[in-house]
Amino acid sequence: MKTITTPSRKGKSYRALRSARRQTPFYFMMAPGLIFITILFYIPMAGVIIAFKDYNARDGIFGSPWMDPLFKNFEFFFKSDAARTVTFNTLFYNLLEAVTVTLCALAIAILLSEVKNKVTSATYKGSILLPTFLSWIVIQYILFSLLSVDRGIINSTITANGGEAIYWYSEPSYWRFILPIAYLWKNVGYFSVLYVAAIAGINPDYYEAAQLDGASKWQRIKHITLPLLKPTIIVLSLLWVGKLFNGGLGDWNGFYTLPNDAGALYPATDVIDTLVFRSLKKVNDYGMASAVGLYQAVVGFFLVLISNYIIKKKDPDNALF
Amino acid sequence: MLLKKLHFSKITIHLIFIALSLACILPLLLVVSISFTDEQSLMLDGYRFWPKEFSTAAYQYVFSGAGSILNAYAVTIFVTVVGTLLHLLITSMLSYSLTRPEVTHRRALTLFVYLPVLFNGGLVPQYILLTRILHLKDTIWVLIIVYLVSTINVLIMKNFFRTIPESLIESARIDGSGEIRTFFRIALPLSKPSLATIGLFVAIAYWNDWMTASLYIESPKLRPLQYLLQSLMNNIGYLQSNAQASQSMEAAIGMLPSEGARMATCVLAIGPIILLYPLLQKYFEKGLTIGAVKE
Repeated sequence: MKTITTPSRKGKSYRALRSARRQTPFYFMMAPGLIFITILFYIPMAGVIIAFKDYNARDGIFGSPWMDPLFKNFEFFFKSDAARTVTFNTLFYNLLEAVTVTLCALAIAILLSEVKNKVTSATYKGSILLPTFLSWIVIQYILFSLLSVDRGIINSTITANGGEAIYWYSEPSYWRFILPIAYLWKNVGYFSVLYVAAIAGINPDYYEAAQLDGASKWQRIKHITLPLLKPTIIVLSLLWVGKLFNGGLGDWNGFYTLPNDAGALYPATDVIDTLVFRSLKKVNDYGMASAVGLYQAVVGFFLVLISNYIIKKKDPDNALF
Repeated sequence: MLLKKLHFSKITIHLIFIALSLACILPLLLVVSISFTDEQSLMLDGYRFWPKEFSTAAYQYVFSGAGSILNAYAVTIFVTVVGTLLHLLITSMLSYSLTRPEVTHRRALTLFVYLPVLFNGGLVPQYILLTRILHLKDTIWVLIIVYLVSTINVLIMKNFFRTIPESLIESARIDGSGEIRTFFRIALPLSKPSLATIGLFVAIAYWNDWMTASLYIESPKLRPLQYLLQSLMNNIGYLQSNAQASQSMEAAIGMLPSEGARMATCVLAIGPIILLYPLLQKYFEKGLTIGAVKE
């Protein structure tokens, strides 16, 4: 037999070469994804230093001089009334929504699982889910048709019955109710469907056994459905805590669009995200906007860590990492 | 018999759901109704759930005089189609590769993909990057690039690819298929259901996005629908000035269906979603569950 002079098949370098060659096509396929993740998520991370800089477009992020004192942008923010307002509002709306959406979605899901007819149940689900897919802009139009001072359906109803029109778009206190209701309207269907899926996953044997023992419908819900849903409820609720420092349910768009960005309503409608967006778009104040953004990112980071830690204790399978 | 079936609690449940369904659908119908109401009747009677004086003037106006709306439609459709396809391609290639045992550094790479969930630079650094460094301001690509990858979708797809039996991929390899070919011919066709659900949600995100355009788009030609709607709401006079420029008939007789036209544009922006909704509902439900229940 001829001896082959290529590297031995068991040699280290041969195996490394072979392994590299086998991996190449996968790196090709990963490349676009990894490149875009780097561009969209990693490079901006380095950009957070603008929060400590006196940014000007000519010198760019790295060329602009440092703030003197370094924390001046933060000082400016924390000394303003805005800091207190947006921090309070962000926490207030998130907690309120977490509680109301969870409770309503649970109630709807339990009732929905009692509707046995498939067509009827799909119709109900379809209607309740519909608002989830509408944009906040469309919802802004809907809300305007309801609340518009001179033509809105609510005011026409009030005036037709001899009442006085309500100026919805100039009184902040109304928005403490309007915003949570709008968010509930948009999101409750989404969470109901999630809980319906979780309920469908419960072993029907439990219910049969309970029925044989003479448990009433309410008893079955209380002693079977709710305890078995507990992990799902915990996980979904804690995932919110992680997003707590973002706007409502991690989606703050509505806080900007629904009130038509009316300045008079800021005390009740401004959250951290809307403040960042506005300072960037309207005021062009990069330093302030990025300082607020960094404040949000850091607090958000710790909230994710804490909520993940709690999930890990309660239900390790559902921990994020 | 029938009475027994229609048990009291059952009736209550159905009544509750009929009320809830109406609460979700009626507000939308209100906008549709306004868009079909005569402009003068809107001034006199206000908004109604049923048009007092039916009129299609608003739609005629939208389709004739204001070309910007049709243009916005074109922009939105382009961004949605191209963005969704690219998103799906990038996501599936990345997540498939991350599940392959041949890739020795896949754990480190998965961590690299995952870390941005924990910490992000925020809006301002991204804004400066896209406008000053990549010079994407006022291009159609900026509308696409911002949603091109989503960490969550990569993780969802990864969980899906993990369920494809290894023997399938192995046998393709024995038949002489290269890795990339195996991916496109075997793995991708098998993942149609999850591509469909993720694709649907990405498409809706593109369709509904207004914020990106509001930050990065200045040229009226590149305005997508939702942003156009937002500017219409913020600037009621927009249509009037636009109509004067085009000297449309309505302007000549001093009658602008501005209220109705705005609502008609809004209805047109929802249109495709509503029309497809009954067909897509099944996918929506599946997609919601896939997206939220993490393995």
